Amino acid sequence: MGGGGVSQLLEQIHMLSRRCLFRVLSMGPLPIHLAFIMDGNRRFAKKRGLEDGSGHKAGFSALMTMLQYCYELGVKYVTIYAFSIDNFRRKPEEVQSLMDLMLVKIKSLLDKESIVHQYGIRVYFIGNLGLLNKQVRAAAEEVMKATAENSRVVLLVCVAYNSTDEILQAVKRSCADKDVERERERVRLVDIEENMQMSVAPEPDILIRSSGETRLSNFLLWQTGHCQLFSPDALWPEIGLRHLVWAILNFQRSHSYLEKKKKKKQL
Amino acid sequence: MDFNEPMLLLSFWIGQISDLGLDLLWRFIHIIVSLCHTVFGIFEAIQSYAISLGLIRKYSSIDIDKLRCLAVVVDIEVARDVSKIVELLQWLTTIGVKQVGLFDSQGLLKKSKDMILEMVPGSMLLQETGEKETSPDRNGIAIEFISSSDNKEAVVKAANILLEKYLKSSHLENDEGENVFTESHLNEALRVVGENVHVPDLMLVYGPVRSHLGFPAWRLRYTEIVHMGSLEYMRYGSLLKAIHKFTGVRQNYGKGLMMIVQAQMVIESRASEITFCLFGL
Repeated sequence: MGGGGVSQLLEQIHMLSRRCLFRVLSMGPLPIHLAFIMDGNRRFAKKRGLEDGSGHKAGFSALMTMLQYCYELGVKYVTIYAFSIDNFRRKPEEVQSLMDLMLVKIKSLLDKESIVHQYGIRVYFIGNLGLLNKQVRAAAEEVMKATAENSRVVLLVCVAYNSTDEILQAVKRSCADKDVERERERVRLVDIEENMQMSVAPEPDILIRSSGETRLSNFLLWQTGHCQLFSPDALWPEIGLRHLVWAILNFQRSHSYLEKKKKKKQL
Repeated sequence: MDFNEPMLLLSFWIGQISDLGLDLLWRFIHIIVSLCHTVFGIFEAIQSYAISLGLIRKYSSIDIDKLRCLAVVVDIEVARDVSKIVELLQWLTTIGVKQVGLFDSQGLLKKSKDMILEMVPGSMLLQETGEKETSPDRNGIAIEFISSSDNKEAVVKAANILLEKYLKSSHLENDEGENVFTESHLNEALRVVGENVHVPDLMLVYGPVRSHLGFPAWRLRYTEIVHMGSLEYMRYGSLLKAIHKFTGVRQNYGKGLMMIVQAQMVIESRASEITFCLFGL
């Protein structure tokens, strides 16, 4: 019981010092939209000698912690790469266990005590949802509907997603719109931009990929033209406050440069 | 009322002082961050000099066959100084890179392409070589000139080609209209509008920020994006190290190497140690 009291006290101290740190960081520009590629769950499980699914469970905890930090920092949009279309090529048992975990976690978002209600998070599921099984798809749609009124934070979960598919679907929807209207209408850039699933959020300011991998793996390629890319070596379950703070400090250093480039592009 | 006014004033000044304190603390943290970057830069510089002098053996041999394509992104101010670009291309030719994509957002390098091709011995426009695999007889470097019009605008043009196909097949009143929207169809449409659709394996970003800066999105899927630091501190040794690291790593998807070089506005020249980053937006 004493141990519980001490750990609670330590947690309170940690939270207080974190809030002070965030207060200091807010003296400079803060990102509005953060994107995460949650890479390294399987390697984490292997490294710790855990069974196969445990890495993803540890990854989910790390995600909840990151969301809490983002909320405390005042980040409005958070995008996560939960499952790529390419991941369907993994072993069927692994894909199935990931789908099962996703179903459990998506359903848990509907609980009244869940983080989405606590923090007023609106959830979008971005991707080719038709590739998911009926239960996961239904649960995702239910969560989107249940959180539609929330507005404090927007969480975009990319599942059965990749950028080339997103671009292709946007082109398809733009062309389908034109079919109904006069034949001579052309597809314009604004049509494609509007039909991109990620158009519900502004472009990301920082994209963090854990485990030191330096590729985007077909994630947000269209939207990251002026985005700072950050690849800490830590595996996703090991990601912590220090990585987020370092990413933000570097973002603040290069913010005026990227803003200038964005403005030049708009002209 | 008399009591409230001084209290309000006091809380106002406390607020101001605490904001000032926080601001000073913020600036102090950023000084520490800058120091960290400087120290890291010094270590990088020392290592780079050692590599270029051949003191670190493992970097002396590179399996250059794994690298087929290189891209250089040029800043608008730097793009006017074509000699820097030429020097970079000469370095890349020395390393043995066969294909380079020069990315300049404003298209300034496209305008200077004839001059660049003339000044780099053995160079040729990529279109001239077509999309064939590297021939062992070709010693020079094939250069492709890319700008931001090859990114989203090219996809729009390709979309309009697909739109025409879609409308035609819908009018035939069969189901073929739906099959027009596949990756291979969009690839083909991009080729028709004159775009190279090869996916680079590696992207080296030179500049203050690690960002692909609007490079054609359709080509970036599995590209390794490595930040090389800013233009002022670019070194040949660092370039060799980055390429060596890439060629030593197992590739998931392998078609070519892209190096995106992003140059800062301030250009520092050194006689033999410039690793170049030309960045343009």
